[in-house]
Amino acid sequence: MGYDLKLRVWRGDSDGGDLGDYVVEVQEGEVVLDAIHRLQATQVGDLAVRWNCKAGKCGSCSAEINGRPRLLCMTRLSDFTEDETITITPMRSFPVIRDLVTDVSFNYEKAKQVPAFAPTPRDKDGKRRMQQVDVERGQEFRKCIECFLCQDVCHVVRDHEENKENFAGPRFFLRYAELDMHPLDTNDRRKLAQEAAGIGMCNITKCCTEVCPEGIKITDNAIIPMKERVADRKYDPVVWLGSKIYKRGRTGREEV
Amino acid sequence: MTGNRMDSGEAPESDFGAGFETHEYDVVVIGAGGAGLRAAIAAHDAGAKVAIICKSLLGKAHTVMAEGGIAASMGNVNPDDNWQVHFRDTMRGGKMLNNWRMAQLHAQEASERVLELEEWGALFDRTKDGLISQRDFGGHRFARLAHVGDRTGLEMIRTLQQRAVALGIDVFMECTVTEIFTDGGRVSGAFAYWRETGRFVVFRTPSVVLATGGIGKSYQVTSNSWEYTGDGHALAMRTGASLINMEFVQFHPTGMVWPPSVKGILVTESVRGDGGVLRNSEGKRFMFDYIPDFFKSETADTEEEADRWYDDKQANRRPPELLPRDEVARAINSEIKADRGSPHGGVFLDIASRRDAEFIRRRLPSMYHQFKELADVDITAEPMEVGPTCHYVMGGVEVDADTQRSQVEGLYAAGEVAGGMHGSNRLGGNSLSDLLVFGRRAGHNAAYHAMKTSGSNTRIEDSDVKAAAENALAPFEGEGGENPYTIQKDLQEMMQRLVGIIRKADELTESLTEIEALKERAKHLTVQGHRQYNPGWHLALDLMNTLVVSECIAKAALEREESRGGHTRDDFPGPNAEWATTNLVLTMDGDSVRLKHQPLPEMPAELSALFEEKK
Repeated sequence: MGYDLKLRVWRGDSDGGDLGDYVVEVQEGEVVLDAIHRLQATQVGDLAVRWNCKAGKCGSCSAEINGRPRLLCMTRLSDFTEDETITITPMRSFPVIRDLVTDVSFNYEKAKQVPAFAPTPRDKDGKRRMQQVDVERGQEFRKCIECFLCQDVCHVVRDHEENKENFAGPRFFLRYAELDMHPLDTNDRRKLAQEAAGIGMCNITKCCTEVCPEGIKITDNAIIPMKERVADRKYDPVVWLGSKIYKRGRTGREEV
Repeated sequence: MTGNRMDSGEAPESDFGAGFETHEYDVVVIGAGGAGLRAAIAAHDAGAKVAIICKSLLGKAHTVMAEGGIAASMGNVNPDDNWQVHFRDTMRGGKMLNNWRMAQLHAQEASERVLELEEWGALFDRTKDGLISQRDFGGHRFARLAHVGDRTGLEMIRTLQQRAVALGIDVFMECTVTEIFTDGGRVSGAFAYWRETGRFVVFRTPSVVLATGGIGKSYQVTSNSWEYTGDGHALAMRTGASLINMEFVQFHPTGMVWPPSVKGILVTESVRGDGGVLRNSEGKRFMFDYIPDFFKSETADTEEEADRWYDDKQANRRPPELLPRDEVARAINSEIKADRGSPHGGVFLDIASRRDAEFIRRRLPSMYHQFKELADVDITAEPMEVGPTCHYVMGGVEVDADTQRSQVEGLYAAGEVAGGMHGSNRLGGNSLSDLLVFGRRAGHNAAYHAMKTSGSNTRIEDSDVKAAAENALAPFEGEGGENPYTIQKDLQEMMQRLVGIIRKADELTESLTEIEALKERAKHLTVQGHRQYNPGWHLALDLMNTLVVSECIAKAALEREESRGGHTRDDFPGPNAEWATTNLVLTMDGDSVRLKHQPLPEMPAELSALFEEKK
């Protein structure tokens, strides 16, 4: 049942590094993270890798497997033939800290820039009411496990460090869209999504959707509708006139 | 140093020489799961300057794995629900060993804590009239769990994380605390290392909130992540605080059993709440054979009645699959031992034959995904194989019920690391609400303590900092050749074998001898590599905590000569009246663990009356 798996793992730090060749024994039903763990426990005790839940729920073990952004814990060895060499490298869009661990602080910085949810007051009985159909749109986006694979694969920043400052990336377009579609939110973040978050730079190649381990339709359900809402605000003459007269783009929402 | 710190980013001058970065806060919260984040938000709201220190990145803590929901008697689905019923369910689920005051506060405050999450952006599933939906769960009389599909924990942690970020609370990510400093018996600070660089950090603070979660990594089969090494439990003991109820470990009845790589990963109780049933290899719904007298009056005794309950909850009693977790885990264990298990050593959990595929995918999306991706099993078409997995420790730091303060001035604990709330067994859904209710209380009180003592200048001694640094670096000094990964594995196998679901005196005695041997081996570790992001070194340090908590569990389990909740003794089956009013309290004495008996706090008459009228 078990066999010897050939692994190539990138080892190094910010000063540089190289792929190392390893052979590790694996069993039926295992995933790539199991092979990495066995390597760590038996051959290279200081091999750096992030992981937590090992069930595809926390989004910690993101890396690139044969060049493709994936979660190590959700990639089954049975997806490869037994004689195939599996190559594992750190996410390319983020600076390496050590081995497979990268500095993903870019994402935490972008998170700070999203203006927080600002709800309408509660109903008289102290509760709030929303319809299931209205929360479902946001719920899809809140399935995001923040693995940042969408950020890693996005060509706007993948090899363009210079774009990072003005581009929040797919994960945060999800967040803007989620808040924009929230039935009780009172902020209007469309201007911000356009200017500070740079949603205009996205040219909908859908790579983010393709790598999302949660299967969130990032491009179709979040980015494109958000682009349309931004366009409404900017270019629809009726909306433009309304915003001049009423100082608000949409009823009840404050521009932030 | 890259971006794992989320404070102002200035590198302050150190008072302790080169290599030690120093920070000053009113409140330091250790852990960024539900309890830690809620505590930090509360302390911030009370005006304190707060830091959160966490071993992983923000948003990855184990709360993210919680599936079923948050128990709160909002009464959105059944208007008869109220805090008294929730309180009674919680106490009965814990076999009356709970700290009554904690159970009361929890039941009273949970609803407001859930509504608060909604205020911060959480999107719960809704009822038809637009309120937060509530689902049925084991041990809860009414549908009570606020939920988001089966990924409620993710919703909760993301909501709290986004709130903490919006408030601008400082977060030290991938930073591990190894010591808490005291001065004259009061907390004066904490010592930590950055995982990324291996460099040391000293926090000056009068208040520390432990929110480090549990101890699952003491066992081989567990639903818990690598972080669950009992850090807070061990830190508290080394600081002079006490632990209670450590013999009570919850084995969740349904963990995945196959493939080997996912053994132990949780299968939510919602599967049973939503209609799933347990069957053995003969196809029998065996839970009907395991209904204890204590729950007979409220549990269905025929399949027909159990099935009717899903549609008419007033006229029928609950299915036995929804008994509290300890009962179900023991029953599954017995079936497997009697050779009526599934091919991979579990039993069958079947929802496919009972609900249509669309219902299953909508109610249990992440279970569908998990089995499809990791086990090639389509849960809408075939049964799952499940077996018990170490999930939660009821025991923890002994705290004051109202303030969450430990025996040490300035040291607080909230969430899984605190003890008392759940007695001998926790009900599903009561953990997320526990994190919110007591996280908030701990944060408030820690902030109050900081304010009250401001200006009283507790000191951190140079020699204490030096000693902490030496301890942290000790694994690099050793040349004994012991591998930390191997010791951890040996410990987990031993605990699983000798201190598992069913326990007996000779095995527990043997486990204590084995723990001593492992402690000795752990003195001779050799760690490869250097201080920069080195998991082998990190594990070597965590292992010391795991050894301490494992000893606590084994010692308390040997002492308690009865079976109750999450502690089952083969040689003492059934509960014992004398033990019903006794807590076991553990403290540290040098290198070893001391144990004493302590009477359980007595419930006031108006609360004990709740149990008589419902009988």
